Amino acid sequence: MTGPALQIVGLAKRFGGLPAIQDVSLEVMPGERRLIIGPNGAGKTTLFNLITGDLKPDTGSVRLFGQELLELPTQDRIHLGLARTYQILTLFPRETLVHNVVLALLGLSPTRWNAWQALTGYQAFYDTARAALARVGLADSAERIVTETSYGERRRLELAMALAQQPKILLLDEPLAGLSQEERQSIQALLATIPREVTIVMIEHDMDVALAFAERITVLHYGQVIVEGTRTEVVNDPRTKEVYLGH
Amino acid sequence: MNRIATTVVAAALLLVLPWVAGNDFYINLASQILIYAIFALSLNLLVGFGGMTSLGHAAYLGIAAYACAWFVTHAGLGQLPAAILALLLTTLTAAVFGVLSLRATGLGFLMITLALGQIVWGMAYRWTDLTGGDNGMKLGARPAPFGIDIAQPVPFYYFSAIAFALSFFCLWRVAHSPFGASLQGSRDQPRRMRMLGHHVWMIQFAAFVMAGFWAGIAGLMYVYYNQFVSPNVLALQQSAEVLLMSILGGASAFSGPIVGAVIITLVKNVVSSYVERWNTLLGAIFVITVIFMPEGLVPGCRRLWRRFRGTGLAKPAAAKIEAKSP
Amino acid sequence: MQFWVIQTLNSVALGGLLFLLSSGFSLIFGLMRMPNLAHGAFFMLGAYLGVTAMTASGLTLWWGVLAGGIAVAVFGGFLERFILRALAGNEQGQVLVTLGVSFIVADICLLTWGGDPVPIPAPLALRRPIFFEGLAFPTYRLVVLGLAVVVAVLLHLLINRTRLGAMIRAGVDDMQMARGIGIPVSLLFTVVFCLGAALAGAGGVIGGPIMGAYPGLDADMLPLALVVVILGGVGSLLGAFVGSLIIGFIYNFGTALFPDLAYVILFLPMVLVLVFLPQGLFGRTLR
Repeated sequence: MTGPALQIVGLAKRFGGLPAIQDVSLEVMPGERRLIIGPNGAGKTTLFNLITGDLKPDTGSVRLFGQELLELPTQDRIHLGLARTYQILTLFPRETLVHNVVLALLGLSPTRWNAWQALTGYQAFYDTARAALARVGLADSAERIVTETSYGERRRLELAMALAQQPKILLLDEPLAGLSQEERQSIQALLATIPREVTIVMIEHDMDVALAFAERITVLHYGQVIVEGTRTEVVNDPRTKEVYLGH
Repeated sequence: MNRIATTVVAAALLLVLPWVAGNDFYINLASQILIYAIFALSLNLLVGFGGMTSLGHAAYLGIAAYACAWFVTHAGLGQLPAAILALLLTTLTAAVFGVLSLRATGLGFLMITLALGQIVWGMAYRWTDLTGGDNGMKLGARPAPFGIDIAQPVPFYYFSAIAFALSFFCLWRVAHSPFGASLQGSRDQPRRMRMLGHHVWMIQFAAFVMAGFWAGIAGLMYVYYNQFVSPNVLALQQSAEVLLMSILGGASAFSGPIVGAVIITLVKNVVSSYVERWNTLLGAIFVITVIFMPEGLVPGCRRLWRRFRGTGLAKPAAAKIEAKSP
Repeated sequence: MQFWVIQTLNSVALGGLLFLLSSGFSLIFGLMRMPNLAHGAFFMLGAYLGVTAMTASGLTLWWGVLAGGIAVAVFGGFLERFILRALAGNEQGQVLVTLGVSFIVADICLLTWGGDPVPIPAPLALRRPIFFEGLAFPTYRLVVLGLAVVVAVLLHLLINRTRLGAMIRAGVDDMQMARGIGIPVSLLFTVVFCLGAALAGAGGVIGGPIMGAYPGLDADMLPLALVVVILGGVGSLLGAFVGSLIIGFIYNFGTALFPDLAYVILFLPMVLVLVFLPQGLFGRTLR
């Protein structure tokens, strides 16, 4: 695989008079661990929304392994191997954990159009779902309903749902938000076990975990890429400090 | 509740009902209830499972009823071809209306379904050459499926019971299938569903068309029962009644619409014998249900029952999940 | 030529009436995010109450308009304050409640005033047509148009030049923010709902000499208000005005030229808008 996994060229988005993303270009290579940081309002989540198709850009292009995404609706992009977790948890609150993961598995399977067989009859889906939950340490809670689980467990569920789809590119939007120190380290360990077949782009504020995780970092500010490079390069770049401390 | 036990008991009740009921009036009432139950179940696929509240569902019942009557009396077709063509026309209309209605969600969807329902009503009411206008249209005779005569109340009742059982069975399977799970997921978190690869619009469109089809089945049963159809069946009031059946019984429970159909049909028939103010009562039940019992009777009673039996503080959220199976 | 004059005036008069009906509907929908399905019933109730006030007191139409407008406004106020407010935040519940209320109102009207249409006489002075250039112009229709324009101007001034209007605009644009800066949202809701109801009720009486008061008037008017708002966009006064005129013309000429299909033709622009322009001609998105 020689080309970039994710290639963004000249992406721009305005909301009314407000430029949220201005001429952003970046490339993420396959297997890379990319961190996107920047102060609040820098446009990080907007960037993700543009990649996933929740938002339409004004100009620019987004390519996934060479395939142009912009004309494709969100669900089609997922079928190309994209997956995403949300900053604000969006789970199916009245369902069990295993059902949540099953819905994720169904999203990529033609079985989702079957309107006649009982869903509970598809043992394979449930087995795969349980395995996905086990991977994030939720094996024991599989039959519990989301509203009866803790916040930390729900964060893991978000991750399980994304990983269950075996994506080629995983977008993680602040996966550690609101977690305790212990939980953060646990998630960090989990992220480290994700194989290199999965390219990861993560937005995070927690510098300890984020820096440990990142190989390359992109710093966004006011919708523009200010600094980009390896972890060491970015950390030592004076512009990075200015972005966070300056204004 | 043990599902098999419930099914056996329900089937037994359905079978012996004519003996229990006694006279023709109650047997006919039972047939009506079954027909409206099919109608309410069809709408609940949209409302309860899809989270899409429609105020135009009567259109599909009406189109099927009118089309069937027209094909038999004006086009001279046999009963079976007429029924098939009527269902085809109804489903096609549901497809077109589905595309238009799904241009919006929530209240916008509601308004569009209402307006579209009014179009169909307007056609039935004003296009007198085609539909007979206010005078309605007659269906000469009930069909004779497999040669069995269903002109009498008791045979027709069993015909309705079979239609109901088949509809219930099919809709049950849909609701509990992977498609059904996707539909419910799209109701709860449409954005998330898209992010998981589901084609939410297509799911909702498919549900819309299915709901229209099954309302069409109810429409056929309706015209067979009454042997007559008039524009009233397409009025906003009819769409409101069937929606109320769903809400009153409980949209989140599969059996909810059935309970709603039983109550509304009984009240309507009983009240109408004494007093002309059914519309006021309908409106009042609407207001009271929405304010005081928004989750409906079946889930509400289940929750009370669970609390009574002391199985802990059953949170409404938990109760709602189990409520998906009767 | 006479035919076209009559039809055009009938169309703009109907458009004017529709504006009285749908401006209130659009305001309520825009601010409270809720289509008031009792709006047609408000129109009808106003017509009935107005004509009753007129026959009881022997006074002319304009007193009937006042009576109808005020009575329906009061009724709307009670409805909003005691029932809709109990469902604050649950717009779908509120919509269904207004539907229920519309059934109750329609049935009570049937009980009180019977099944026969009640004619509402125009003021004597306005019954004779105005002659100009050899053509006869139905006077009352002109008056209705004039009234609608006056109301449109007053509403425009209210929305754009008063503090109340500023609060309404803020609420329509961004409810959270409006609450955040201290706008008394609950009170605003009641005021706007009463205003909308008053417009509908008064409109019913004003429309009386043209349409009369009859059972089913509510069911006839509600879809028209819906279509106007879908066409003109929610919360837009200009949209309601333009939409009302368009529908007025289509309905009138449609009924004259294709009586059987007129009702259906009415919805055609709505369908077109839905397919090509879901946010309506001027307004906020319907989604």
